[in-house]
Amino acid sequence: MGLFNIFNVAGSGMSAQTVRLNTVASNMANAEVVSGSEDGAYRARQPVFSAVMQAMGNNHATVPVEVNGVVESQAPINKQYSPAHPEADSDGYIYTSNVNMVEEMANMISASRSYQSNVEVANTSKQLLIETLRLGQ
Amino acid sequence: MPTSIDRVFGVHAEALQLRARRGELIASNLANADTPNYKARDLAFRHALDNAQSATAMKSTHASHISHANAAGATSTLYRVPGQSSLDGNTVDTQLETTKFSENAVRYQTTLRFLNGKISGLMKAIKGE
Repeated sequence: MGLFNIFNVAGSGMSAQTVRLNTVASNMANAEVVSGSEDGAYRARQPVFSAVMQAMGNNHATVPVEVNGVVESQAPINKQYSPAHPEADSDGYIYTSNVNMVEEMANMISASRSYQSNVEVANTSKQLLIETLRLGQ
Repeated sequence: MPTSIDRVFGVHAEALQLRARRGELIASNLANADTPNYKARDLAFRHALDNAQSATAMKSTHASHISHANAAGATSTLYRVPGQSSLDGNTVDTQLETTKFSENAVRYQTTLRFLNGKISGLMKAIKGE
């Protein structure tokens, strides 16, 4: 029955968007983290989505989504001169994260909207299935 | 009145399957709304229904034959023409897909209503009320 596959698809969409929301939360929580070296500074994380292509031949109408991995942003790390800071290196510099707050907020809104549309799809399909089960009663 | 009880449901049995398939396709589009290089797909419904009714499916005579894509509407699945292009190669328009999904759901319910009507008509005839 085709409608049952929709639950897999919508579920995969919801879990992918949850991963995206999780990375946004981590990025925002670590936005102000200060480090004493450039390598130790926090870099923004982003998930990579990809479509799951199923084998040809059988019914390949459904294409779930999966998270292929989480990559770190390559944007430059902020370097500040702050000799009084306890984390400052020998030259008096501290390194803050490269998280872009505006980008993260936009990402968060986009992820929550996508999550909502997946929930709606799952709900509608559930209703249709229940009505199909009641056929002829 | 149809002569065979198999034909009592007419076009609606196939239409219901095709509606379910279209729902799957649109749900996939919505799940992949943020996937780079994903291309939105939809069902050419009239073409799919014509194909389903003509019923000229190829028969496989051996177990190791590559199965002809005989799932309902498999040959009528087409890529959607994007309204506006995006940098990441994704062609899903979430608003469009949401409205198409709800339209499809309403049409699915319509088909269910027709089927229910046929069934209750049959029941009346059987019971002789």
